[in-house]
Amino acid sequence: MNSLKQIFPKGDLIAFAILAVLLAVVFPLAMDVFRLNLVGKYLTYAFVALGLVLCWGYGGILSLGQGIFFGLGGYCMAMFLKLEASSPENTAIQSTPGIPDFMDWNQLTELPWFWEPFHSLSFTIIAVMLVPTVFAFFIGLAMFKRRVGGVYFAIITQAIAAILTILIIGQQGYTGGVNGITDLRTFLGWDIRTDSAKVILYFVNLVLLFTCLVIAQIIRKNKLGRILVAMRGREERVRFSGYDVANFKIFVFCIGALFAALGGAMFTLQVGFMSPTFVGIVPSIEMVILCAVGGRLSIFGAIYGALLVNFAKTSFSESFPELWLFAMGALFISVVLFFPNGLASVYQDHIVPRFKKRFKKQGKPVAVKPRVQTAKNQPNTTEKTDDVLTGGTL
Amino acid sequence: MSQKDFVLSVEGLTVSFDGFKAVNDLSLYVDEGEIRVIIGPNGAGKTTVLDLICGRTASTSGSIKFRDKELTKMSEHQIVHAGVGRKFQNPSIYEDLSVFENLELSYPKGRSVFGALFFRRDQAVINQVHEIAEMIFLQDMLDKPAGLLSHGQKQWLEIGMLLIQEPDLLMLDEPVAGMSVAERRKTAELLKRITKGRSVIVIEHDMQFAEEIADRVTVLHQGQVLSEGSMERVQNDPKVIEVYLGH
Ligand SMILES: Nc1ncnc2c1ncn2[C@@H]1O[C@H](COP(=O)(O)OP(=O)(O)O)[C@@H](O)[C@H]1O
Ligand SMILES: [Mg+2]
Repeated sequence: MNSLKQIFPKGDLIAFAILAVLLAVVFPLAMDVFRLNLVGKYLTYAFVALGLVLCWGYGGILSLGQGIFFGLGGYCMAMFLKLEASSPENTAIQSTPGIPDFMDWNQLTELPWFWEPFHSLSFTIIAVMLVPTVFAFFIGLAMFKRRVGGVYFAIITQAIAAILTILIIGQQGYTGGVNGITDLRTFLGWDIRTDSAKVILYFVNLVLLFTCLVIAQIIRKNKLGRILVAMRGREERVRFSGYDVANFKIFVFCIGALFAALGGAMFTLQVGFMSPTFVGIVPSIEMVILCAVGGRLSIFGAIYGALLVNFAKTSFSESFPELWLFAMGALFISVVLFFPNGLASVYQDHIVPRFKKRFKKQGKPVAVKPRVQTAKNQPNTTEKTDDVLTGGTL
Repeated sequence: MSQKDFVLSVEGLTVSFDGFKAVNDLSLYVDEGEIRVIIGPNGAGKTTVLDLICGRTASTSGSIKFRDKELTKMSEHQIVHAGVGRKFQNPSIYEDLSVFENLELSYPKGRSVFGALFFRRDQAVINQVHEIAEMIFLQDMLDKPAGLLSHGQKQWLEIGMLLIQEPDLLMLDEPVAGMSVAERRKTAELLKRITKGRSVIVIEHDMQFAEEIADRVTVLHQGQVLSEGSMERVQNDPKVIEVYLGH
């Protein structure tokens, strides 16, 4: 691994600090518990967007099925909470006390075998992280080793998301069906519906999110991150540099799944239920939009994108619920057309240079590093530079 | 007589694209340390032969032995690990990365996922990158995004990416194509330097250039070897003359 300074250059440290202050100080001070809990919920999508930055922005792997992993993580956590909420005392009026209510309604008379281990918290935590990651591993293995990529991969992930939704809805007795797993109350006896619990969960969520951010930063600042970028543009060349491309794709896809799963589990804890609405095609596409709006090359952009789009969604759908999907579509199209690298590029291209100019005027030298992303989008400058470069060497 | 004398022995190699045999029952033997130039008209199958050797295209039949390894059963990265490096006809570099990073990625260390995650840019890597950059005339461009290089410089960079892999067999597909006269001269110089102590296969159109560097020349025509030997012999071969004049 490289030194800390290489992994956390000054600009990124500042970005970390700004985000930390905003999320850990400003929001908790400025918002009531209801709003804060809402932000906490939005931030669970930020986990997914963050994973997509690595998978899609860096590695070029577009997954339209991240809801799968968000859902699996969320369901694992929901199963644990549901079992706790379904103690024999709480469910005494059921024909079979001690099993979740929806099972009782569906004439189940004992807990299915795969629910049993979710009595244990340690098992649940491991399952939250492992079940989605292992699932992603096998999807990745099956697809990437066969060199299925691009649009085909996106469609397949989408199909899997659809299948999983149908499965969950169809197996009502085991999964709670279309309503999902609801009426979750306590976590090891601690009531998660109280205001104080919501505030604490908000901060737990933040700690997890920042852990994922640091992991993402380490990955992208290492050689691994550069291999991902290389793979995005010239997958074939990477093979001839001696790398097994499929392994790198599987790895980053698994990381994306793990992040999404953590988000899903924190969603369940903070919102108090999990349902197939968060697994299928529409939520999966929404997650890609969050990432695109924030900027698919920016791990910080992903967080801001998740916050902004969801704020917009909440306020918009309060007044025009039926129009939200259209607004979302319009937002996505305009971002892709006008800011292909999302809000983060607006910040990088317009706000940062202005700051730097300021500092320069005050006599502080600022090293301006050439930015790679702009190279592609400005053929004119490229040609000009070519002449200069060639002239210089020959 | 043993195959040990050859660094590469290709035997009965055939590839068929929907019935069209781009390479047809081709046999080719390259000596240890030899510089072999492959010439031939457009569409003769030169690039396809390199594709087959480096695993980019799967052969229909035949065998490719590199030292004692059968390459036809190996995947691209395994062939690279075995010591075969290949430069593509169109410069194929990582435009989004800097020149330094392009070379660093090609450095043969940390090639597994976790190897890459824990890869350290130590002094040995930095020195090696600088050394190669100097060889390929890009020592002042290390921090530049590779996408900003000129066509010729991209060709050099790709040659550099190959060199840093330290391959035993170097395969270059038209390395001077699209270069200016000055760049051509520099590249010829570069190639002469880097081919020392290595086995090399170069595809080249430029006869004069080919004559300058080749130990032996193979002329391909319609996926088959038309003629082979010294440049002089090949140029005087009536079959070769006919093919070139006939076109
Ligand atoms: N993947 C492919 N599918 C179908 N035809 C191909 C493929 N690759 C090469 N060819 C054909 O094989 C022939 C040889 O091509 P190539 O090896 O590129 O020739 P050269 O490099 O000698 O100019 C050409 O006719 C080309 O169209
Ligand atoms: Mg060719």
